Amino acid sequence: MSQTDHRPSDRPGPRLSLGPISYYWPKDKVDAFYAQAATLPVDIVYLGETICGKRNELRLEDWLAIGERLAEAGKEVVLSTLSLLEAESEMMRLRAICDNGRFLVEANDMGAVQLLQGRPFVVGHSVNVYNDRSLQVLARGGLKRWVLPVELTADTLAEMQRLRPDGIETEVYAYGRLPLAYSARCFTARARNLPKDDCQYCCIDYPDGLVVSTQDEQGFLALNGVQTQSAATNNLLPELDRLRELEVDILRINPQAEGTGEIVRLFDQALRGECSPAEASKKVNALTPSGACDGYWHGAAGMDQVANA
Amino acid sequence: MELVCPAGNLPSLKTAVDHGANAVYFGFRDDTNARHFAGLNFTPNKMAEGVEYARRRGVRVFIALNTYPRPDGFTRWQEAVDRAADLGVDALIAADLGVLDYASSKHPDLPLHLSVQGSATNYEALRFYHENFGVRRAVLPRVLSMSQIRHVVDNSPVEVEVFAFGSLCVMVEGRCILSSYATGRSPNTYGACSPASHVEWIETPDGLDTRLGGVLIQRHPKGENVGYPTLCKGTFRVGDQTYHAIEEPISLNAMELLPELQAAGVKAVKIEGRQRSPVYVGQVTKVWRQALDAFARDPDNFTPRPEWTAELGKVSEGAQTTLGAYHRPWQ
Repeated sequence: MSQTDHRPSDRPGPRLSLGPISYYWPKDKVDAFYAQAATLPVDIVYLGETICGKRNELRLEDWLAIGERLAEAGKEVVLSTLSLLEAESEMMRLRAICDNGRFLVEANDMGAVQLLQGRPFVVGHSVNVYNDRSLQVLARGGLKRWVLPVELTADTLAEMQRLRPDGIETEVYAYGRLPLAYSARCFTARARNLPKDDCQYCCIDYPDGLVVSTQDEQGFLALNGVQTQSAATNNLLPELDRLRELEVDILRINPQAEGTGEIVRLFDQALRGECSPAEASKKVNALTPSGACDGYWHGAAGMDQVANA
Repeated sequence: MELVCPAGNLPSLKTAVDHGANAVYFGFRDDTNARHFAGLNFTPNKMAEGVEYARRRGVRVFIALNTYPRPDGFTRWQEAVDRAADLGVDALIAADLGVLDYASSKHPDLPLHLSVQGSATNYEALRFYHENFGVRRAVLPRVLSMSQIRHVVDNSPVEVEVFAFGSLCVMVEGRCILSSYATGRSPNTYGACSPASHVEWIETPDGLDTRLGGVLIQRHPKGENVGYPTLCKGTFRVGDQTYHAIEEPISLNAMELLPELQAAGVKAVKIEGRQRSPVYVGQVTKVWRQALDAFARDPDNFTPRPEWTAELGKVSEGAQTTLGAYHRPWQ
């Protein structure tokens, strides 16, 4: 697939973002991924480790260096924080990210929200913002953008959009395996019969997570260290018209091990009207690791596929 | 340390009070609290009766209002906050930023506790709730180790309450939507995990299958003991292994950690189980009262008595207990 000539800025909204990489990839793969991302038609790139404090292929300096290169390529760069903060070592890294002085920060936990009070910040989908009054509380502290929690429906989003405080941007998790839960327990290490303290960083072996199937062979969940994801991939591209009507500012695409560039281009083409959302979505669905879902958007079980078949 | 006991209904409340609870917690009969199960919780009249019963015996009352309202439901949560304030409860246990904001501005004298559903696992998060809403106490999710709890308490501006006994919630509470992924209903929005309305038991030639939202959670050979199919305690396949990929059906029992919890500065221990029977509430409250009293009398020589452990084992999932995340190797 050839690289697009279009610049994101000349495209009708919403803008596109690349979410942080959820998985543990080797540094070479991460570097190659962001070298490619610099050329992709995305407007915003979220960087950093959001799942496990033990994943250390890249340090903050490495992320900042990647951020500089992406900023030079014209991308808005945001640093994302850990979703589950427990140890003081994690709090120290959190403070360093919040005080980076260069890039906007996405808080994925209320501890990060606290540290970012008084500065502009983003809240990620793992911070529970279920109503407009919660948005107002965060707006008082400097909120610039929020990401709709993934279990909320289009109808709830419509209400939130009607009531959101002035100047707050809304982002929707439009593509990716769904983040479903966080635990102190590392389920990937457990699957390998390893204790968490000696996990041997085994999640590096599963660049899209490790699929959990039911006993009747339904691919159901994906283990990603201390995070549990859906096996199916949430894809809201067919809902593009509604997302536009709801004045969503940003659609987030979460990286997967293979095909992310192609998926971004398909979203971009649909946004430009070069192909229909349904047509682009069909091609996107062919690139998911284990099928698509869209139930949450429609008020059904998250795993359901309502309009996305 | 305060013993905080569950009351799914009035008989449970009375039992908890009679067996030595220092405080009881309960919720209204709707989705404003995280134990929204059929036949549970309190109508306004029953709640007034419960508050009166506990009060007269010197037991504190906490109302749990710990789900996350969406915009169209927010006024119901507001009304529930107002009702709790009118009842003069000792604390409102809430999780949602909007609910906490409403409660603290409308009822500045109503003490607020941060629910476990608030997912606060670190002291910076606790500072946020304290600085913004005057929260006085926080219930920590069941995912921190003992040393992490010590560190949180050392740096926290609020009192800390931890779970001591009951179902072992493996995921950070307030941040687990496994249930809604399979059923469309989540603890956060609907107030129930793995709701009974979505559970099916299907007899097969080999035994019994249990499904949640159509997903096969457990396959029981004939004659095997059948538990409630909580999603995270199901049996699944990962690679070529079939096992409890997330957690075994097992309960949390932190009794042997009482001295460490006290030394850490934990203010209250919480018993889980508003969805359990009054018999459960009575047994567990009685045993924990005895343990806390024994510990207070002779803190240096405290160990759980075998009869206490046996009694608690009877009401545990799979008759087994664990120290869960308090104990680092579990993680």
